[in-house]
Amino acid sequence: MKDTLSRRHFLLASGALATGAMIPQALFANTGGSSRLVVVILRGALDGLAAVPPYGDPDYAGLHRELAIAAPGAEGGALRLDDTFGLHPSLSFLHQCYSAGELIVFNAVSSPYRERSHFDGQNVLENGMTKPVGSSDGWLNRALAVMPREGTPLSQRAVAISQNIPLILRGDAKVISKSPQTTPDVDEDLLARLADLYSNDDWFSARLSEAVQTEKMADAAVMSDAVPADAAPMRGAAPDKVHAVTRMAANLMRSDGGPEIAVIEATGWDTHANQGGAKGALGQRLAGLDQALRSLADDLGPLWAQTAVLVVTEFGRTAAMNGTKGTDHGTGGCAFLAGGAVRGGRVIADWPGLSKSALLDNRDLKPTLDLRSIFKTVLEDHLHIDRKSLVTRVFPDSNGARPLQGLLRA
Amino acid sequence: MQAEIAAIRFGMGARPGELDAAAADPRGWLAAQIKGAVPLATSTPLASSEQIIIALMAAREERQQMRRAAADSGDAKLAFNPVRAANLPHYREQVLARAQSAALTSTPFAERLVHFWSNHFAVSTDKGELLGLAGTLENEAIRPHVGGRFADMLIAVEQHPAMIAFLDNQYSIGEHSEAAMLAAQRQAKRAANGEPARRFGINENLAREILELHTLGVNGGYSQTDVTTFAEIITGWSIGGGKGRLAGGAPGRFYFRQNMHQPGPKTFLGKSYREDGQAQGEAVLEDLSRNPATAQFIATKLVRHFVADDPPPTVVTRVARAFSKSGGDLPHAYTALIESSEAWNADARKFKTPEDFVFSALRALEATPQQPDEVLRSFELLGQRPYTPGSPAGWPDTAKSWDGSDALMRRVLWSTRAAAKYEKGIPPAQLAVASLGKYARAETLTALSRASSSSQAVALLLMSPEFQRR
Repeated sequence: MKDTLSRRHFLLASGALATGAMIPQALFANTGGSSRLVVVILRGALDGLAAVPPYGDPDYAGLHRELAIAAPGAEGGALRLDDTFGLHPSLSFLHQCYSAGELIVFNAVSSPYRERSHFDGQNVLENGMTKPVGSSDGWLNRALAVMPREGTPLSQRAVAISQNIPLILRGDAKVISKSPQTTPDVDEDLLARLADLYSNDDWFSARLSEAVQTEKMADAAVMSDAVPADAAPMRGAAPDKVHAVTRMAANLMRSDGGPEIAVIEATGWDTHANQGGAKGALGQRLAGLDQALRSLADDLGPLWAQTAVLVVTEFGRTAAMNGTKGTDHGTGGCAFLAGGAVRGGRVIADWPGLSKSALLDNRDLKPTLDLRSIFKTVLEDHLHIDRKSLVTRVFPDSNGARPLQGLLRA
Repeated sequence: MQAEIAAIRFGMGARPGELDAAAADPRGWLAAQIKGAVPLATSTPLASSEQIIIALMAAREERQQMRRAAADSGDAKLAFNPVRAANLPHYREQVLARAQSAALTSTPFAERLVHFWSNHFAVSTDKGELLGLAGTLENEAIRPHVGGRFADMLIAVEQHPAMIAFLDNQYSIGEHSEAAMLAAQRQAKRAANGEPARRFGINENLAREILELHTLGVNGGYSQTDVTTFAEIITGWSIGGGKGRLAGGAPGRFYFRQNMHQPGPKTFLGKSYREDGQAQGEAVLEDLSRNPATAQFIATKLVRHFVADDPPPTVVTRVARAFSKSGGDLPHAYTALIESSEAWNADARKFKTPEDFVFSALRALEATPQQPDEVLRSFELLGQRPYTPGSPAGWPDTAKSWDGSDALMRRVLWSTRAAAKYEKGIPPAQLAVASLGKYARAETLTALSRASSSSQAVALLLMSPEFQRR
């Protein structure tokens, strides 16, 4: 049976078509005109004081102790950003971006969440509200619903590079999920029969037709050899798993009719013990992230110029090292905005300092910028969502989080 | 539909004949399963956490020697990791035993409860040293207590070496403990010599997750000060047989290190606890198990697991009350659940997690896995690697976390493979009725009868909406 039915034929022939909402469209040529956004969620709370060491702060070394990153120039020292801040020495690609004017580094930022639970913290980061509960959809999904439409059908505008959809992308607007491992072909005839079997069950029927459509797009992306032949070879540490994920994101975004928005998740940042300094556990994680972002840029090729990559985490970690050479859950942390579309080469941090009186609850870096200010600016200036929708639909209850100016190239 | 609900929603999916067994008295069939310990249904001998940790200690020693040798010869990386090598066979055996038990057990409600509690008290093997230990927590701390008191399970879990290692408590040191004081004197000497001072103190990871994830829940009414105090209370909860300052105690077993314990009375959640060594922390756990917030939190999770993604508040209240009134006696809470009519609503169904799906398929097909790789490949494909939820919160228990279109396509692929291996030769329509009973829809039976091969029919059965839900 498999020989005669292509997926496309299956879709046209099967009951999935009749349900209406998910009608597959002719794939659009990717005109390359529109903006791309990649959101990278670092789950587990990245230590912002290690990733963006404030080496110039007089209290930093005393608090962070052997986890502190030394000043630029010292052995294992930070990669210099300005007189106060550097980047962790593992973040060489991000530092290149900074030098090329394609990276904004944020420090002392956080969501409105002020407790210290990972899971609630991630909920607030993703639901875009002020509380962890009470909203079952994510801000990026609500943004999709109000994004100006171009040619792409709504269901293909955003992809989660995973098997399932993370909260940030959940909601009424249809999004797709695609994990990096390529799944071998599933029997077409079986898929057609399943579509019939699901015809009275909208829930299954919608997912199946989405899955078939996404597979087709992924196949096309691989066949068109979306990865440029001259992509820079990987250097240094073995590629982290994140790398396969960013490659899938880039392939899909480069494909005709591919998504404009991709969400990537990376875990393993919860460094309660033996975090390490310039080298060690966190340094290796950061190197993996840095490699992944480098390969994302390489794989996106010419699209990089119109891409913004937002890297965020649920909160920061304690200013002081704990008793087990790690850091416990904190509040203020860091974020990155990278990409060819970013007006970078800047650090944005209203730095409260790390003196005893400046710390929040006598332990955490005090946040001075609401992450939603960054989110709003990216949505407005990069994805062209109008400000009214941002305030009323995407981030209700966010009047205190004012958009920033000039984060993106016009 | 009562037998179907008992076997499919409360149990792990019907094996042929099971629906008949449950039909006479579905509630009684469930109630009979929740008494006492729940051993693995297979007799494969598994190594204990104690044995595994002793082997790990030797492997760590070996790795350090290899590192030193590698550093001398200028090699940056070790080709062979003895710690992983010591862990891996145990992990594989535990994973296989767990899947076999799920496929074979004749007390599937009890087995589901084991999985529920194991996920409630989740440890994750993505912390590499946990690889061979994660399954021991389930087998040693959960299985003996599933039919007993919550407090006993709680204490067994928090004192289990796998949990202590997962949440870093073995190195947590009270600021005024003997060990810290002694260290401070040494530091003073080092400082006088211009060497950097080292710092000893608490690690609040285990304390926070006990409160947030194991007992009160995140809105359970505790403050950051309570977290810090509780962390001090359980300083010294450690694993025996380490090196250096961790020497002492029986290797591989829970060991209370008095010299690391922050001494003195402590006030936690408004109550004063006198200094009592290890018993100070146990007293706190006993009180936490009786806290109304704990009853509410546990009841909510149980009802979400057995009734609906959005747990009906009336059922939660009923289960929480049974939990509280019995002093946290778990069979009372389970009974309240079984006696709730909402749990027997045939229309309200949960979307199966990958584990639910695979185990129910193995039962329907009477296919008991024989090799660890069969199990591991299945769950890697479907995104639920055994004992690896990635965080101490465990695997999510709602459809929206598992219902991605990519995930569905992987289930199709898995079903195709499982169906291709099916050799029992029971006609697919008969399989459908044996595993789904009255849930089998006429249209599904028609589709099975029209399938191009019996293997395709089996794949269709596994992927049918009624099989994908419980």
